[in-house]
Amino acid sequence: MLSKRIIPCLDVREGKTTKGVKFKNNVDIGDPVEMARFYYEGGADEIVFYDITASYEKRNIMIDVVRRVAETIFIPFSVGGGIRTVDDMRSVLLAGAEKVSVNSAAVKNPEIISKGAAAFGKQCIVLGMDVKYVGIKEKIPSGYEIVINGGRTHTGLDALEWAIRAENLGAGEICLNSIDADGTKDGYELNLTALISQNVDIPVIASGGAGKPEHLFDVLTKGKADAALVASMIHFGNYTISEIKSYLDSLGIKVRKTW
Amino acid sequence: MIAIINYDAGNLTSVARAVSHIGFQCIITNKTKEIKTAERVIFPGVGAAGSAMESIKRLGLDEAIRDVFIKGNPILGICLGTQVIMGHSEENDTPCLGLIDGWVRAFPTDMKSEQGTSLKIPHMGWNSINTVGNNHPVLSGLRKDDEFYFVHGFYPEPNNKAHVLATTEHGISFASIIGHKNLIATQFHPEKSGRPGLTLLKNFCMWNPC
Repeated sequence: MLSKRIIPCLDVREGKTTKGVKFKNNVDIGDPVEMARFYYEGGADEIVFYDITASYEKRNIMIDVVRRVAETIFIPFSVGGGIRTVDDMRSVLLAGAEKVSVNSAAVKNPEIISKGAAAFGKQCIVLGMDVKYVGIKEKIPSGYEIVINGGRTHTGLDALEWAIRAENLGAGEICLNSIDADGTKDGYELNLTALISQNVDIPVIASGGAGKPEHLFDVLTKGKADAALVASMIHFGNYTISEIKSYLDSLGIKVRKTW
Repeated sequence: MIAIINYDAGNLTSVARAVSHIGFQCIITNKTKEIKTAERVIFPGVGAAGSAMESIKRLGLDEAIRDVFIKGNPILGICLGTQVIMGHSEENDTPCLGLIDGWVRAFPTDMKSEQGTSLKIPHMGWNSINTVGNNHPVLSGLRKDDEFYFVHGFYPEPNNKAHVLATTEHGISFASIIGHKNLIATQFHPEKSGRPGLTLLKNFCMWNPC
């Protein structure tokens, strides 16, 4: 039986890790390679990097980070942020990432999912979704809308329809981020997570809102998520991955216990 | 020198990086001469069986791998590499190398977990293994609860149960490590499985099958 995955998320800007609250007021909290090593040795099942470097010209800094991470940790990791073309995907995968995630680029050009899946295999292509609750409307039957640009731009896409479409295009996994819950530490958006997870056949990683281990239990049970992303609750030393896993294990959730 | 066989099936640098990390020298190669003269051979791969076998034949690697197997040098199969050493794959209905008799099967599509939720295919993520029989030298030093990283929609099914060295549960029980003589092969990715994966790779790099 598969273990539920606990996945630290590192936001990287110009080669340094940051963690923002609702994508604002980012503060540097360290070196991504050293943080990756720390979490690898601490029992992370996978690591997600988001490159939030604003300038396209400075993206080579991230490729160098990916290469150094790949020499340091021996578990899967994915890279998202600023991936606009199949060539961008290729450079990240060749540098040693296991998966790439596309978010706004897929909204603007859904073909990048099918082209990426054809070139590298579905298992490499993660669809990142930033989702906001807007209430049920004619164009948004689920009540959840896809937003881009860190939540500033509404796309008019229904989150559930987009998830199913992306799966059909060849996405191998969905990383589902609730903009409403992100940075609040009040828990994941359970309704949204369960809605998406029950309606696609690919794994769903829940993201946004983790503040304590109970939140992970909730999203992995009621939320039906296959994996849970964690950031500030571990970055600032409030909890370790090992503590989170012991808690989940004690409640009967299958997690990887040796590393 | 360890030869990592390159047959245009995915990015092989992660295997090379892991082998270098544990202190062994390796080359990524598609040259039959380098493969035949290597001290040991790793046969990895990600992708589909049909196109993989096409590349293997086009590059003349089928004959090189059979040659290494008969000569007795250690061979490690990983993921797709583990599948194409079998006789025949259901994926693209592909005749394979046949170093181990048996089939490569697709997971059933309607599997349910004990909780009644439908199980996702491909089988992707961390899962445990149950070793069968006497401890194989390549599996020494692993701990009871160790898990490994899998990404696959097909699995090997040897005809001879003695070739199954470990099994894993995902809706069904399937062979996650198989072996025969100087050949050992894992359905999971040891290069992406942290400490237990590196232990297995290191054991392989020092294994002297008789």
